[in-house]
Amino acid sequence: MTGGVVYPKDLRYSKEHEWAKVEGRRVRVGITPFAADRLSDVVYVELPKNGADVTFMQPFGVVESVKAVSDLYSPVSGKVVEVNEALHDRPESINTDPYGAWMIVVEPRDLGELKQLMDADAYLALIGEQRS
Amino acid sequence: MTDPALRRTPLYPAHVAAGARMVPFSGWDMPVQYTGIIEEHRAVRTRAGLFDVSHMGEFDIAGPGALPLIQGLVTNDLARVALNQAMYTPMCTPEGGIIDDLLVYRLGDDHVMLVVNAANTAADLAWIRDHAVGNVRVADRSDDIALLALQGPRAQEILQRLTPAPLGHIHYYWFRDEVPIAGRRALVSRTGYTGEDGFELYVDARDAVHLWDAILAEGRRDGVLPAGLGARDTLRLEAGLLLHGNDMDTTTTPLEVGLGWTVKWAKGEFVGAPVLRRQKSEGVTRRLVGFTLQDRAIARHGHPIREDGARIGRVTSGSYGPTVENSIGLGFVPLEYAEPGRRLEVEIRGRGVPAVVTKLPFYKRQAAGGA
Repeated sequence: MTGGVVYPKDLRYSKEHEWAKVEGRRVRVGITPFAADRLSDVVYVELPKNGADVTFMQPFGVVESVKAVSDLYSPVSGKVVEVNEALHDRPESINTDPYGAWMIVVEPRDLGELKQLMDADAYLALIGEQRS
Repeated sequence: MTDPALRRTPLYPAHVAAGARMVPFSGWDMPVQYTGIIEEHRAVRTRAGLFDVSHMGEFDIAGPGALPLIQGLVTNDLARVALNQAMYTPMCTPEGGIIDDLLVYRLGDDHVMLVVNAANTAADLAWIRDHAVGNVRVADRSDDIALLALQGPRAQEILQRLTPAPLGHIHYYWFRDEVPIAGRRALVSRTGYTGEDGFELYVDARDAVHLWDAILAEGRRDGVLPAGLGARDTLRLEAGLLLHGNDMDTTTTPLEVGLGWTVKWAKGEFVGAPVLRRQKSEGVTRRLVGFTLQDRAIARHGHPIREDGARIGRVTSGSYGPTVENSIGLGFVPLEYAEPGRRLEVEIRGRGVPAVVTKLPFYKRQAAGGA
């Protein structure tokens, strides 16, 4: 389902299908269109509280679709400084607008961790493999 | 993604062509969704949806011993079922546990068709054959018959445009055989598993793709959608319909799961009757109940049900109900907690989510179609 779906070059991507967007000294986090499509029909999100600590590639929350429950993995370690509370009322926006429906903003301890994530081309190759 | 061990229905190519997401279900490679579970769910509630449920098993049972055989195996009373009428019934173990829940179609004086759950087809067939005595033939027709379910308020309107047979004459839980539809023939019954009006079409497996395409084409202007097992599950849950293997199995009795109305005490002996009779007189100690969660986290099969932090039961089914717009579920609780309005907790990821026992069904359609 990558046809027509855009994976912006300025984002980093995790193997657990989160995107990370560097905004100055902060990192905004969401899940990719691929993950949103796989989940389909998201009906619930569980997000950390503002100020919580998150750890590189450890679960920071949960997203539930009609079918299944999935952990959300943080693409960077640090402190949560913003939480998208609007998702509690409109979890379906994760399906309709996966880049707009960000989940948390993290103040990272080490931005260098992002180097371990994939760029758009590597991520496209990954989901190409998983689709076969 | 493709597992060669999985079986395919005759409609498999149509599902793949339609872009369905296929998942393993009871040994079959089945469409879980086409456009999205919630969208398909809403189509069935407001317009119509077409399901492939060809994985279900069909047995043809004929001969002078046919009716006595089935009457002795199921809890409901086949003697009350007329020609061209269908009956829903559990089939129990000697201990009163539910082997399967099934439909019995009365095709003739000495002739019935049984429709059973895919996961239980082999076990049911063996069980029935083990009990067959005298002049009766038990044939497994599962591979020859495909089953299409057209469900929703527009179902009759759409199907009527494809057949000269007056579908309005087929009432709820009645059927007609050899109905001409789009140049083919089908056994058409007014039954379903969604809580909506609708029909189930038993067709020759070789006609399945033709009829599937014809119904979808005819129903396009009505907004019919192909619907997968995902929507089937949310629809049946809202309608308070149970799923064998989840909400009931051989360790639970019809009386415990709210199917007491299907146990006919006066019909004569049947497998499980003595145990069920005793349970009826002593009373059950646990009940399957519906519950509504107070937030949108989803209760899933196996989650503990608690009261004051103490575990008192377990969830058997749970999902988001797109029409009732709540997180709903079914589960077993001790009898003293089974009253609607009773407050409980469902443990989800270690957290006790408040829930309230809710009278079933969660959803009941307004205008009565069929009977």
